[in-house]
Amino acid sequence: MKASFNLRQALSVSATFVGFLLLWQLVCVIFSIPSYLLPTPTDIIGRMIQDSDVLLRHSGVTLFEILAGFALSVLFGIPAAVIIVYSKYFSQSVFPLLIGLQCVPMISIAPLLITWLGFGIVTKVMIAFLISFFPIIVSSVVGLKSMEKEMLMLATSLRANRMQVFLYFRLPKALPSIFGGFKVGITLAVVGAVVAEFVSSDRGLGYLQLVANSRLDITMQFCVIVMLGIIGLTLYNIVGLIEKIALPWYRAARGGE
Amino acid sequence: MPAEQIIIRDVEKTFQTRGGPVQALAKVNLTIEPLSFVSVVGPSGCGKSTLMNLLAGLDVQTGGTILIGDKPMKGPQEGNAVVFQKDLLLEWRTVLANVLLPFELQNVTWLDRKDRTTNKQMAEDMLKMVGLEGFGDKYPFELSGGMRQRVSICRALIQQPSLLLMDEPFGALDALTREQMMYDLLKIYKRYNCTVIFITHSIEEAVFLSDRVLVMSPRPGSVVEDIAIDLDRPRGMNTRMDARFLGYVRQIRGVFQSQGVLAEV
Repeated sequence: MKASFNLRQALSVSATFVGFLLLWQLVCVIFSIPSYLLPTPTDIIGRMIQDSDVLLRHSGVTLFEILAGFALSVLFGIPAAVIIVYSKYFSQSVFPLLIGLQCVPMISIAPLLITWLGFGIVTKVMIAFLISFFPIIVSSVVGLKSMEKEMLMLATSLRANRMQVFLYFRLPKALPSIFGGFKVGITLAVVGAVVAEFVSSDRGLGYLQLVANSRLDITMQFCVIVMLGIIGLTLYNIVGLIEKIALPWYRAARGGE
Repeated sequence: MPAEQIIIRDVEKTFQTRGGPVQALAKVNLTIEPLSFVSVVGPSGCGKSTLMNLLAGLDVQTGGTILIGDKPMKGPQEGNAVVFQKDLLLEWRTVLANVLLPFELQNVTWLDRKDRTTNKQMAEDMLKMVGLEGFGDKYPFELSGGMRQRVSICRALIQQPSLLLMDEPFGALDALTREQMMYDLLKIYKRYNCTVIFITHSIEEAVFLSDRVLVMSPRPGSVVEDIAIDLDRPRGMNTRMDARFLGYVRQIRGVFQSQGVLAEV
């Protein structure tokens, strides 16, 4: 029942997407819009095949920056969240500052990072890291704080020690919220990597887009956008898939999607 | 671990709140005999849960002493198990894993048992007893409220407690499920030799289940009436029609009336 519903939904989404592409193609042909203003979907697909090696090479660079930045966010975000939850000083003094800092657009510190770290890949990874770090730490803190008082009483009555309270009660309870942070984080890591490449770079999809823009190569720009779309969507869905496998009780408890 | 006598002597509990100190319990004196089924009834906020938390070692009294056997109470101890009003199942664990949780936390294995039954076997037997055979692999969200509370009772019983503390365990259930749970609880009580302290605000529930009912006054709570329930066991649906049963219910209701907890308009 549920499987057939998912299949029907998938079909409906695909059909809508194909319909949209057809409409786009039709509009371009009927109004004979020149391809230097708006290329047709077939132009874009053709170009993507033709220049696939260039696109893939630059995609690889950007993908690395995204994944490295995201991995750093997870690596630092979760331990930092644990420290915040367990330390009164960090939760009362450092955490509000972190939340405040979140309102500063991380992109605005990109030029500074270039000054400090140079034009290399490290700068891009750092920006992807900084921008995806905040949603991960904030949602991890929220999740780790979500254990009810009664649950703690149960743990106490079962004579669980502090480590067990964390591993058996607090952490699993926080996982749905943590995964929520991962989903926002991975999307923002894509934004961070591309924007960092806009600021300064000699490779990556952001770089490719700037070069194409300066050459008025609209089709290539669309190719880059499609690649970024594919990367973003795939990464998001991979996180979703891991969540689904890791937390069978959570998805199911909320009736599928 | 055999059940032991519990002595509560001059126990007081005062909470420090923002609005000043609030006395929840005022000088409670009780002796609870081993293996007895004792219910505590009282209006909301009368300190019944506070009393239970003290007996479970989840809180510390501000005055007086609690002795289990001849040793003073110090924190949650082996041999005590608690069932709360909320089932407090871990959503991320299957039913079986929830029941096995106490063993996992205390590193109890089959080697610790004389008869060498495995933990899993024990948990499955327990689930079978409460009518949840075959539900071991389900997640809590797949269960109804009554089933969930049965699992949480199994989680308490698997610790083979000598003292079972129950804090309004059926409070969140519908009337019919509640009645069925009472019959089941009596069956469990008969099979497991343990002292039961049962907190409730239902007079009928208290009389039906117990050897002894303690009636508490509104805050600051103290025991105003200590009633021995002389009804034959095993008890069943007919017990509820018994004149003595109704007499006890009337007596307790009378206490609440004189306390101003219940009043006819």
